[in-house]
Amino acid sequence: MEILVCVKRVPDSAENEIVMNSAGNDIERDDLVYSVNEWDNYAVEEAIQIVEKVGGTVTVVTVGDADADEILRREMAMGAEKGLLLQDDAFEGSDCKGIATALKGAVEKGKYDLIFTGAQADEGAGAVGGMLAAMLDLPYASLVNKIELGDGKLTIGREIEGGNREMNEISMPCVLSIQTGINEPRYVGIRGIRKVSGVEIPVMSAGDLGVDAGSVGAAGAKVKKIDYFVPEKGEGAEMLEGSTEEIIDKLIEILKANGGL
Amino acid sequence: MEHLISPAHYKFLGFFPGAILSFLYVIVGVGLFAYIMAKRVAPLVLAKPDNSRFSDIPARLMNLLTIWLGQIRQPRYMTAGVLHIVIFFGFLTLGIRTCSLVVIGIFPDFALPGLAMDQPLGFLYNIAKDIMATAVFIACAIAAYRRGIVRPARYAVPEKYGHDHTAEAVFVLAIIMGLMVTESLFEAAAVAAGEPAFLMPLTLVWIFAKILPSSAHGFLQFLHIFSYYAHNTLFFFFLNFLPMGKHFHVITSFFNVLFMRVRRGNIKPVVYGITAEGLDELESIGVKRLEDFTWKHMLDFYSCADCGRCSDQCPANLVKRPLSPRFITIKARDLMFKKYSWRNDFQFGREPLVGSIYEADEIWSCTTCGACEQECPIGIEYIDKIVDLRRGLVDEGEVPQTLQKPLQALSKRGNPWGKVEKKRADWARDKEFAAECEVKIMENGDTAETLYFVDSITSYDDRMVSIAKSTAKILDACGEDFFVIGKDEKDSGNEVVRFGEEMLYQELKNHNMEIIKESGAKRIVTSDPHAYNALKNDYQVDVPVEHISETIMKNIKAGKIKLKPIEDPSKVYTYHDPCYLGRHNAVYDDPRDAIKAIPGIQTVEMVKNRDRSLCCSGGGLMLFYEPHEEERMAVIRVKMAAEAGANVIVCACPFCMVNMEDAIKVAGLDGQLEAIELTELITQHLE
Repeated sequence: MEILVCVKRVPDSAENEIVMNSAGNDIERDDLVYSVNEWDNYAVEEAIQIVEKVGGTVTVVTVGDADADEILRREMAMGAEKGLLLQDDAFEGSDCKGIATALKGAVEKGKYDLIFTGAQADEGAGAVGGMLAAMLDLPYASLVNKIELGDGKLTIGREIEGGNREMNEISMPCVLSIQTGINEPRYVGIRGIRKVSGVEIPVMSAGDLGVDAGSVGAAGAKVKKIDYFVPEKGEGAEMLEGSTEEIIDKLIEILKANGGL
Repeated sequence: MEHLISPAHYKFLGFFPGAILSFLYVIVGVGLFAYIMAKRVAPLVLAKPDNSRFSDIPARLMNLLTIWLGQIRQPRYMTAGVLHIVIFFGFLTLGIRTCSLVVIGIFPDFALPGLAMDQPLGFLYNIAKDIMATAVFIACAIAAYRRGIVRPARYAVPEKYGHDHTAEAVFVLAIIMGLMVTESLFEAAAVAAGEPAFLMPLTLVWIFAKILPSSAHGFLQFLHIFSYYAHNTLFFFFLNFLPMGKHFHVITSFFNVLFMRVRRGNIKPVVYGITAEGLDELESIGVKRLEDFTWKHMLDFYSCADCGRCSDQCPANLVKRPLSPRFITIKARDLMFKKYSWRNDFQFGREPLVGSIYEADEIWSCTTCGACEQECPIGIEYIDKIVDLRRGLVDEGEVPQTLQKPLQALSKRGNPWGKVEKKRADWARDKEFAAECEVKIMENGDTAETLYFVDSITSYDDRMVSIAKSTAKILDACGEDFFVIGKDEKDSGNEVVRFGEEMLYQELKNHNMEIIKESGAKRIVTSDPHAYNALKNDYQVDVPVEHISETIMKNIKAGKIKLKPIEDPSKVYTYHDPCYLGRHNAVYDDPRDAIKAIPGIQTVEMVKNRDRSLCCSGGGLMLFYEPHEEERMAVIRVKMAAEAGANVIVCACPFCMVNMEDAIKVAGLDGQLEAIELTELITQHLE
């Protein structure tokens, strides 16, 4: 089984205090620490578990700058055999479609049975997986939280409204966006990362991928960010006061009055 | 009356010389024993090396003298301990007698130098060994009654850990009693037959000599020979039975104590003598398979006497986490006996330990509190083994999900919460506090001779920064010129190394060591016992490290600080020993003395105190681990404090504070019991 997992380097929300920059068009990035997008980590773990069962290789790919090398190596330390860095100034400022276009180029350079993306990343659009599938004309399933291997096809579970799960059959090759909770990703220590520190990671530019530079990056972006802000605190929060018992009584009263109980 | 014929001169069936039979006993008995021992020692030779066990000889001899020969850990469990001491000294005394008896069967007049009956020492020895034989007999009878009838709970074997061990215990006690009886009968028969000897009244031999009919010469002769060979048979059977189970300790305990841990608080390196580069090049790290253990750790497995004291003191076992230190050892020993059997060919299979004899949860459940090691009467170690097993799990990526985030945060930000580095000394910049007490911060270019190493929780936790502030105020009151590192201080890593993330620990350590060196600090003070332990025992920094309780006492004694009378003299205070201050570093008295230095304070001790203190649930990364347990350790602890009649439980550790404050709420002791940190208590009473 040849599996390509698309990953992204993002500011780690658990280890940063996110504040707006002075220009008000982005977050302050000077003091941030980065890591692999959490969803992508589950996708890589799932791919590795599949390969451990049926053989094959896992390749991790990212669109990014030289710093993105660190997350590719982290995922390789987990067990992905190959890494691939898509790096080109032309990719800068890409919208989701631009990223999907670059990834499509990478997919077409190889031969993959499965392509995974995380369900979403730091910007929360959750669009790249679907776009990539459409561009490749491959079947697509989103928010996948269970995968059972079949012959030429997969049975997959998808998380739907209210914590329910639906089961689908999907033929391969296909693109799946992976939801957290599908597995328990293994730990990657410094030692594991050091072990893969010498592995060559090929870098491909827009030209290498056969991607028209005008269709990606800021130039090709049809969606542009025009503002970025922390919403103002709204009115309406009510602090209950009194002893613990009194607070509980009041809370029950409010819940009852508003149909919560 | 005619004396009895000795075994050596006895002719079986009228022709076969007893001396030859006795000789055959020695050949077969010793030969088989040598063979079994060679097979038992083989896996130790193949095990991982550990040359640290051959240094610190004076300390090792001291351990032999106190823990092995002196049996000082035995009376911690009074009944079993006293019984053991009697049997132990009985064995030492009668070992000599048994050796000469074996030879007497071949050379009837043999006596060890100086111990012949006509020599004063020999005469005294003969009395001593009769007394000891009797004492051992009685001790074994009581022990058998305890094991078989009373059945103290700590000997029980939970179903998941295999079969009950009572039968083996009672069987061995019966053999020992048999040895005592046959030895006494052998001599009693001769005395009854008229051989002159002084017998100590009320000893077994004296009783037998009184009972035996002196007229029945033939019977006495038979008894003399029979008891001799019965004793020989029992002895050689026993000798060869020892390496088959828990009684191996009779042979191995000497070596186990000789080679036991002599330093406190530190963790063994991944591989002894390895360099940083070497560590990177290792194929695999930690213990994943039985063969990855060091020879000393395998010797530990052989040596366990199954007394159950470790698990009886283990807080994880107490709250029903899936860990019982006793069975960490017993399960490994069973595996050693299976793979490296004395009868069959060795099996060199390399199946992983976790997933076969151990579960991952079992290995993560340990708080490394050290109660088991403190208790073991023969110096069996657990923490290093647990850490080695964790190193193996970390290397395989098998780390519980709840620990992965804090480990990643430690790697990226130097603290387990992922807080921003530049806010590490924010507590010192708090306006209200800074107005009272100015703290030098290294990032502002301000250093001094004394470094206060704050560590992560005390730097960042909203509640625990109060400890940092209190410590600073105390140092200030003592007139100490001190500084804190600030943003460049990283977590001490005390739990990082203990949770098996060796490489991350090495990074934290190297970073902190470099910063400490750069700061030019001549002395380090800590308020967090985990930091204290890491700096003192793991880093082994080359400047003195002290805990704030030691600083407090030094300054009280020197008259530099004075404490005012307790505000509410009706309150009763109890002190909870943190594991990393008490057991791992033997600082028991300074915190107690500091509390008692407050005039008018009433104090009380909990049932479990000092080296038997009960772990609070663990600190550092243990705060993030979600164990499977029936009760919180700290809940048991706070109930213990309430039972002792205390209104205030004084902790000297930020992690203990977290756990105790939570536990007071969980136990419903709000309003009845409160927790306070030592530095907070002292600061409140600074004059």
